[in-house]
Amino acid sequence: MAQLFLYLTLAGYFGATLLWLGFFVVQREGYCRWGARVMGGGLAAHTLALIQQTWSVGYLPVSTFGNTLLVFDWTLVAVFLLLNWRYPIKVLGALVAPLAALLVSGALILPQGQGTVSPLLQGFWVTVHISLTLMGYAALALAFLGGIFYLIQERQIKAKKFGFFYRRLPSLSQLDTLNYWCLSIGFPLLTGGIISGSLYAQHTMGRFWSWDPKEILTLLAWLIYAVLLHERLTVGWRGRRAAWLAICGFLVLVCTFVGASLWLTGYHSFGKFLQQP
Amino acid sequence: MNLLLFGVNHKTAALSLREKLASLIPDLGQTYQSLKAWPELSEVLLYTTCNRVELLGVTEEPEAADVRVRAFFAGHPEITAAALEESFYLRRDQEAVQHLFRVAASLDSMVVGEPQILGQMKAAYRAATEHGATGPILNRLLHKAFSVAKRVRYETGIGDHAVSVSYAAVTLSRKIFGELSGKNVLLLGAGEMAELALEHLRGQGVARITVANRTLSRGVRLAARFQGEAVSLEELEPQLLVADILISSTGADHYLLTRDQVKAVMRRRKQRPLFLIDIAVPRDLDPAINDLDNVYLYNIDDLEEVAEQGLQHRRQEAAKAERMVAAETLKFQDWLATLEAFPTIIALKDKAEAICQAELKKTLSQLGPVTPEQRQALEVLTSSITQKLLHHPIIYLKRNHHLKRPHRELNLVRRLFNLDPDDIDNNSEKN
Repeated sequence: MAQLFLYLTLAGYFGATLLWLGFFVVQREGYCRWGARVMGGGLAAHTLALIQQTWSVGYLPVSTFGNTLLVFDWTLVAVFLLLNWRYPIKVLGALVAPLAALLVSGALILPQGQGTVSPLLQGFWVTVHISLTLMGYAALALAFLGGIFYLIQERQIKAKKFGFFYRRLPSLSQLDTLNYWCLSIGFPLLTGGIISGSLYAQHTMGRFWSWDPKEILTLLAWLIYAVLLHERLTVGWRGRRAAWLAICGFLVLVCTFVGASLWLTGYHSFGKFLQQP
Repeated sequence: MNLLLFGVNHKTAALSLREKLASLIPDLGQTYQSLKAWPELSEVLLYTTCNRVELLGVTEEPEAADVRVRAFFAGHPEITAAALEESFYLRRDQEAVQHLFRVAASLDSMVVGEPQILGQMKAAYRAATEHGATGPILNRLLHKAFSVAKRVRYETGIGDHAVSVSYAAVTLSRKIFGELSGKNVLLLGAGEMAELALEHLRGQGVARITVANRTLSRGVRLAARFQGEAVSLEELEPQLLVADILISSTGADHYLLTRDQVKAVMRRRKQRPLFLIDIAVPRDLDPAINDLDNVYLYNIDDLEEVAEQGLQHRRQEAAKAERMVAAETLKFQDWLATLEAFPTIIALKDKAEAICQAELKKTLSQLGPVTPEQRQALEVLTSSITQKLLHHPIIYLKRNHHLKRPHRELNLVRRLFNLDPDDIDNNSEKN
């Protein structure tokens, strides 16, 4: 059943990808309106899939890398649609939709983990920790995508060479506002994720911080974002510098998410998450 | 029925000739009165812009109408017949339709893709309808022209790129700042191009305009024109703290702003973006300023390059637009052709009906008394035979396969069914 919903989700996101890319190339309003609708349909199927999975296992399905990708993808699409509704930067869909489609495909290809999850990692606070972190990732991922657009557009205006992207990308100020908006939402969420995780660690293991590889990398990313936000508010770092920092910060986050989960060891890795039966 | 389009435009006639021709139409009401009085033209539309004077008419006698219109335009005392002959063009039927569509879609303009022409044509058409000068054919043609122009604007990028230096400055500002409302503009010096750019920026709703000039009185005058404020050139740095867009066009022989000055200003501005437009020759602003983050410096050469790129882009898009115009012209031509077929179709039906009635009368008189049912059956029989017989010829006429020579086809049908018994010889001679 969940599998069926996931295929519907995949179809929705791929459909939305085609529509948004179509919009990007021919710049017709209708395409992006339908892109948002199809993506919304995909999100609905995605939601049902997640509910079904949660129902059947009894907790938020984040015990394998694939499942976590799905949850992250859901937050990404939800945050994007929210953003698109309140503060539309339409071309962003041309990056978010393919990314969402790829993440669902990845989740479907990756092996489904079998086994039971340690009761230590099942509680309400673990769910809070994971949800906050993933929502933070989603907002910061949008800042990352916006940063790429910013760098492309800024480069064209500075170099005075106007190519394919110049007309299709929004103004620098819009892209910079996007950076700020995503940062001011994503950073508190990430902070909340870290704090809730460390409180829970204190509660269960008796220590706030255990220098697990994932924790170290996340701290690094958090510091990058903290510096960016601080400098933005005090001396007005913006534009190119803000875009680069948002990109760097997110790349570090990707390392924590993918790297710490697949290659590094520590209690955050998905390999340790499941107790082999 | 023929469509004729006469006129001169910027390609065929010098401005002085266009002005003289336009002066022949001092008052539209009066002009339309006299045009409507001509028996040769059943519908007429006049439109003049700074680049063209054109007259579009529907006529049954193209030769006579041609003579009339030429005489009308030669009416100006200072226009010689030779000058008129040289620059006047006459387009007929399909060419006239295509020409009109091209004009409305701004493909025939001096600056391809400029949006004003459509508004001017709409106004001219409104005036013509108010004076009752247009009829069913021109009404349909003009509405079609407006919709073609709209499609061209939306479906091609013909109007997307700035093609003038002053407007290029505005589009760049919009790519940097997004909305320009709430932005402050600082003008250094004065000059035609700078003022034009300022005019455009004001059209985009900028918040405040400040003019800094070496001679304060000139600055005050200029500021008054744009409802702005005048300051002296010494206040440049403090003014830069609040400005977002700076247009510089002074006659200074040294840089008014150096990289280090702007760098210091940017720090105090908390890096809010700054767009500097240097249209002075020699340059007022140090080119190295462009290396600073969040500062965008464009000089006159850069802007001209942007405008040139825009022009090239418009030319490419114009090719697409030409294809759309050509397709729409053919469609309109189809409609006109069906219009031409209608009299023939009616004549055909009338003739069939007449034959039915005559034959019915003859037969009934021979049959003697019949019941009303029998009589009705006979009527149904005859009419259904003729209807079935005529069905395909009528469909054929409506579709009008022979687009290039519709008259020949119509004439063939008319001769085949002998619809014009009087001039049957005439027709055979013509074809």
